[in-house]
Amino acid sequence: MKRSSRLGITYAGPMGLWLTIFFLTPLFIIILYSVLKKGLYGGVEGTFSLAAYRQLVNPAFARVLFRTLIVAVTATVITMTLALPCGYAMARSRHQSFFLGLVIVPFWTNSLIRIYAWIAILSSKGFANELLKQLHIIDQSLPLIYNQGAVITVLVYMYIPFAILPLFTTIDSFDFQLLEAARDLGASRFTSITRVLLPNIRSGIITSGVFTFIPIFGAYTVPLLVGGKDSYMIGNIIVDQVTKTRNWPLASAISLIITLISTVGVMWMLMAGAQEKRERSESLRKAGTR
Amino acid sequence: MKNVSRSYGTFKALDDVSIEIHKGEFFSLLGPSGCGKTTLLRSIAGFDTPDEGVIELDGRNIIPYPPEKRLVNTVFQSYALFPHLSVFENIAFPLRLKKEKESTVRDKVAQYLKLVQLSGHEHKKPAMLSGGQKQRVAIARALINEPSVLLLDEPLSALDAKLRQSLLVELDQIHDKIGITFIYVTHDQSEALSVSDRIAVMNEGKVLQTGTPYEIYESPATDFVARFIGETNLFPATVVSCVPFEQTHMSTLQVDALGTEIRVTDDDYLEAGTRVSFTVRPEKLKITSHPPHKVSKNINLFSGIVEEPIYSGFQSKYYVALSSGTIIKVIQQHATYMDEGPAINWKDSVYVSWSAEDGYIVEVIDR
Repeated sequence: MKRSSRLGITYAGPMGLWLTIFFLTPLFIIILYSVLKKGLYGGVEGTFSLAAYRQLVNPAFARVLFRTLIVAVTATVITMTLALPCGYAMARSRHQSFFLGLVIVPFWTNSLIRIYAWIAILSSKGFANELLKQLHIIDQSLPLIYNQGAVITVLVYMYIPFAILPLFTTIDSFDFQLLEAARDLGASRFTSITRVLLPNIRSGIITSGVFTFIPIFGAYTVPLLVGGKDSYMIGNIIVDQVTKTRNWPLASAISLIITLISTVGVMWMLMAGAQEKRERSESLRKAGTR
Repeated sequence: MKNVSRSYGTFKALDDVSIEIHKGEFFSLLGPSGCGKTTLLRSIAGFDTPDEGVIELDGRNIIPYPPEKRLVNTVFQSYALFPHLSVFENIAFPLRLKKEKESTVRDKVAQYLKLVQLSGHEHKKPAMLSGGQKQRVAIARALINEPSVLLLDEPLSALDAKLRQSLLVELDQIHDKIGITFIYVTHDQSEALSVSDRIAVMNEGKVLQTGTPYEIYESPATDFVARFIGETNLFPATVVSCVPFEQTHMSTLQVDALGTEIRVTDDDYLEAGTRVSFTVRPEKLKITSHPPHKVSKNINLFSGIVEEPIYSGFQSKYYVALSSGTIIKVIQQHATYMDEGPAINWKDSVYVSWSAEDGYIVEVIDR
């Protein structure tokens, strides 16, 4: 018993150290900054102040927070809706590694460059508009960029690999014969998916949902580059507070709000995962005692 | 089903298969892996569409219908129980799809749990069940829709031998109780022989023979069937002469491997010079230490040396090298203790004999 607990510390040590240095300490600094008085040219002064939290309670901030939630939820739902059939098709395909490669290839290019590529596609003299004009579908450029639609489109594009990968992994370990069994027992193609596939890949759906929602919730480059004047998201406000307004305590307080919302998401994911694991290990234990 | 064919590329999984299965029958599709039996079963269930032919159920072609519209249910080899649902909900699944009343669901599931002797396990998840229990859930789930036909795809292959035997008997009892048609796919000839009303033996996408277990064992239609079902001694031979004998014909065959002539009775008249394939089952052979006292003309008698005696309690199997060098298999049942005379040991000189009626001409190779 003693030996194993000492071993546990040995194994967990490096991981704990890593998390302390790169996660706990910054988090602590943010918490600290959020309750200090703001410095005149950025930074903080050593006096306690709840000014940042008081500034949070204002309609403008609430509006941005609400908009961010709407954008993040919409983009996540669209991403998941697209990722689910993709993951399914990949899992059933004989060319899995090829498709996996396709999903990963975009990561080889810097995300900023990929966003600029989207600007080139969506702008008024961009690829999409020119193509539609060439095909005589439109004669006036459509406003494809600098609006909420462009933000959601590019966010979906950016984060869809993060949704596809966990979905693919769980669907890949799903026993497809269960779908045949469901059909055999009277389920239509659609019901067999909703009644048998989806409940069995729940953990993958949750993981990919969280992996998509959290980064989108904190996104700032995409709304900055392809969004319009009413596309500002929480991430942009934080950047502004740090670089323009130089209100570091407020930036910290807003960051904490994001962290809080993300934490709730992760907790929910972990709880769902733990419940599944508990069910599984319980069943294994019972099967073992037979 | 009539003239059913299915190809994958150049590989013919099903080659002009025609089988008629009677209502209420326990019918087995028997053959080695890759013989097409599973493809055939999947075609009946609706998971595979034949390129040609029709599959009729109660006089109606079911090929255009998707699996969920067919009055056919399947027990899968890997059980295919839904891991997220309890035993109760697994069995209730088809009823839930039909949006049956809660009370109806409760009653029916209880009834089928009882049929498969699983009452009391309804709240367990499939992962908590043993292999045999999972199989029972799969059977109950497939039966609760009251299909016209139950398809069983090697349902016992994942279980150990003892359990297989008892589940097989239980399956037979369930079949007797509910009286619907069972189509049972297996590669295990002893399973098929023991429970089936009739069997279709398949190989390379073709049905080689359809008949009762007795017919298939005693009068195999081809070399393959003879070898696949049970054990046998099989020799190519040439007909020397054929004369009427009682209601049948008595042929004298020159057996290449034995270097001598043997006698065998057969229903058909065979022209001298016809090439045939001749079989005699090991349990039909008699093995003795001394030559039999009375040797009639209809007894084929050979002497040889025991190369390999295999004692297995209820019987012994001997590999006997005949003077021609050919090895012949003999099975001796130990019906009465020490009744067979002195024990036969390794390298003993023995006599092997069988009567002409016990041999069988399997196949005419060419006339």
